[in-house]
Amino acid sequence: MQLLEWIANIPTLINHHNELLLMGLWLTVKITFTAVVVGIIWGTVLALMRLSNIKLLNIFARGYVNLFRSIPLLLVLLWFYLALPQAIKYLFQLPPYADVRIASAMIAFALFEAAYYSEIIRAGINAVSKGQYHAAFALGMTKGQTMRLIILPQAFRAMIPLLLTQGIILFQDTSLVYVMSLIDLFGASVTQIGMAQGGTAKYSMIIFAAISYFVICFSASRLVNYLKKD
Amino acid sequence: MITLKNISKWYGRFQVLKDCTTQVEKGEVVVVCGPSGSGKSTLIKTVNGLEPVQKGKIFIGDTEITSNSTNLARLRSRVGMVFQHFELFPHLTILKNLTLAQIKVLGRSDDEAKEKALSLLERVGLSAHANKLPGQLSGGQQQRVAIARALCMDPVVMLFDEPTSALDPEMVNEVLDVMVELAYEGMTMMVVTHEMGFARKVANRVIFMDKGEIIEDTSKEQFFSDPQTDRAKDFLAKIIH
Amino acid sequence: MDFNWTLFFEPTPYGDGIYLNWLWNGAVVTLSLAITSWVIAFVLGSIIGIMRTFKNKWLNTFAVAYIELFRNIPLLAQMFIWYMLMPEMLSGALKTWFIQDLDPNVHSFILAAIALGLFTSARIAEQVRTGIQTLPVGQKYAATALGLSKLQMYRYILLPNAYRKIVPTLTSEMTNIIKNSSVASTIGLIDLIGQIDRINESTNSIVEILCGVTLTFMLINYSVITIMRLVEKKTRLPNMMSGG
Repeated sequence: MQLLEWIANIPTLINHHNELLLMGLWLTVKITFTAVVVGIIWGTVLALMRLSNIKLLNIFARGYVNLFRSIPLLLVLLWFYLALPQAIKYLFQLPPYADVRIASAMIAFALFEAAYYSEIIRAGINAVSKGQYHAAFALGMTKGQTMRLIILPQAFRAMIPLLLTQGIILFQDTSLVYVMSLIDLFGASVTQIGMAQGGTAKYSMIIFAAISYFVICFSASRLVNYLKKD
Repeated sequence: MITLKNISKWYGRFQVLKDCTTQVEKGEVVVVCGPSGSGKSTLIKTVNGLEPVQKGKIFIGDTEITSNSTNLARLRSRVGMVFQHFELFPHLTILKNLTLAQIKVLGRSDDEAKEKALSLLERVGLSAHANKLPGQLSGGQQQRVAIARALCMDPVVMLFDEPTSALDPEMVNEVLDVMVELAYEGMTMMVVTHEMGFARKVANRVIFMDKGEIIEDTSKEQFFSDPQTDRAKDFLAKIIH
Repeated sequence: MDFNWTLFFEPTPYGDGIYLNWLWNGAVVTLSLAITSWVIAFVLGSIIGIMRTFKNKWLNTFAVAYIELFRNIPLLAQMFIWYMLMPEMLSGALKTWFIQDLDPNVHSFILAAIALGLFTSARIAEQVRTGIQTLPVGQKYAATALGLSKLQMYRYILLPNAYRKIVPTLTSEMTNIIKNSSVASTIGLIDLIGQIDRINESTNSIVEILCGVTLTFMLINYSVITIMRLVEKKTRLPNMMSGG
């Protein structure tokens, strides 16, 4: 049947174009990594803002999180692809022909994911028992010391599986840079190799893309499960 | 040492403390008892400002807790507190649990803090467990560590909020023994507890609370032999059978 | 930079009303896709989720495989697979009709609905499973002790409670499906996202258009959450246990 034929063609196609695939994979990894790191840091700040008593910070954080959680990631990417590059170039004094697409994508993903990370982190902080705050205050620690030395370490330890799982979701979401004409793992497989080759190559490569993501994400989630056990 | 003047506290519409007035002199051991919901846990948490009050004044020594200008954190370091659920920091070793506040709050050096911590662990009989994590210790052991942790700060007064209520019966005594020793050494103590045996042994005074009010506030002998109010009589009859 | 904020009230070059109509059409397509996919996802997800709680090794493994398959491949890839591969797998007259005669928007809609439906069904399956498995263990014992069969136990005791419990997570899944439907624009569906380019072609006011689309999504999101909050209130039991 056709399906088997397409699958059979995969190895030859990958062999011929493995640099393209590796470059695409590298972009995927770069974006994922940046978004996870910046997302967790900014997400923690947002979570603390949500929990603070200062009304302005509270309202800002709440508005930010609600905004980014109510619109599609694709829309955020389109903002950064169609409307904001001019603003970014202006801010950083870049010439009008500069290609800020990758930077835009990284910023977009980081800002977006931070909203989701902040909810996970906020839940984690809330899960630490009130008694721990009492014990720390009773010993004379300030709010800042308590949060930094007692609450956050405990919260993060408990949240690591969730944070990693969100990272796996992010890894899959990076495929959407397709709409910014960026070549990540998905773009490299389907557009650069599949469609460029013509004929049935595109069928083979979309199947390859699906299998690649499956293998990577499935293994990663097994790893997270294993870490959860210990 | 501790003075509570006309303390009233509300949670929303519900008044949990009603015009409570009492004091604890230096070296005194005062036991606070009463049925659940009487507000005794809340009362003791107001003493070091963990729970704010809407009306009334609280003094520790000459410093007013209820005043806005007081540096609560610094004051709290001189008031030791032990909680019902121990509240050791689960991610830190026993030693670290004892030295953390000494270093970060009192500014002691690492060595000074460690020395103090080890000597107090010795005192409560747990030096062998210095490098373990709280999760590896039994409830009674954790509570003794919690007492040591509070003592590391050289407190002038110790507050206990139902220290044995969460313990299995066979571990209650090991904790009470530590507390009795503390009392004999002259520590000023305010203890919320159901353990009337402890009260009879070392308390100077007993405060009985019900529905947010202090109903009785008498010497230990007076309380056990001839309580003034019916509610106190009732309570004693029920728990001493 | 000057902006044309009354953009949406201007007439379109095709004489079919104002740009707001185009935006509205996009929103209708987005919501239709979301609803269609939701029906598919809810039915399939419930079946797989319940299957996942059975002790039968075959059923359980099948359910696990199903869930893992649809969870570990990006939605974009899944949509492309249906869009590119599915028509090729049809044959004869059906194939010609589907590829050539069918209106392209409907063509994309059907494939997108299948892709999004299956993708979301895996997530719903996990939520249904969790809902059932975190019910107090005693419920099963009580049901069995009373002599209820397995089918009766699921039907009268476990599922009514499980579904009530997962109303909040299902709500968030609904908002997800609306957001995820935007990916269908990459396979040619003219949904809310698809209207962006269309409107931009004749007006060249990208910021205003993006604002309009963003506000529309926020509005839809807010409406869904509000409606589901009412549903949660109505289906809530007094003092409902949260499991365990």
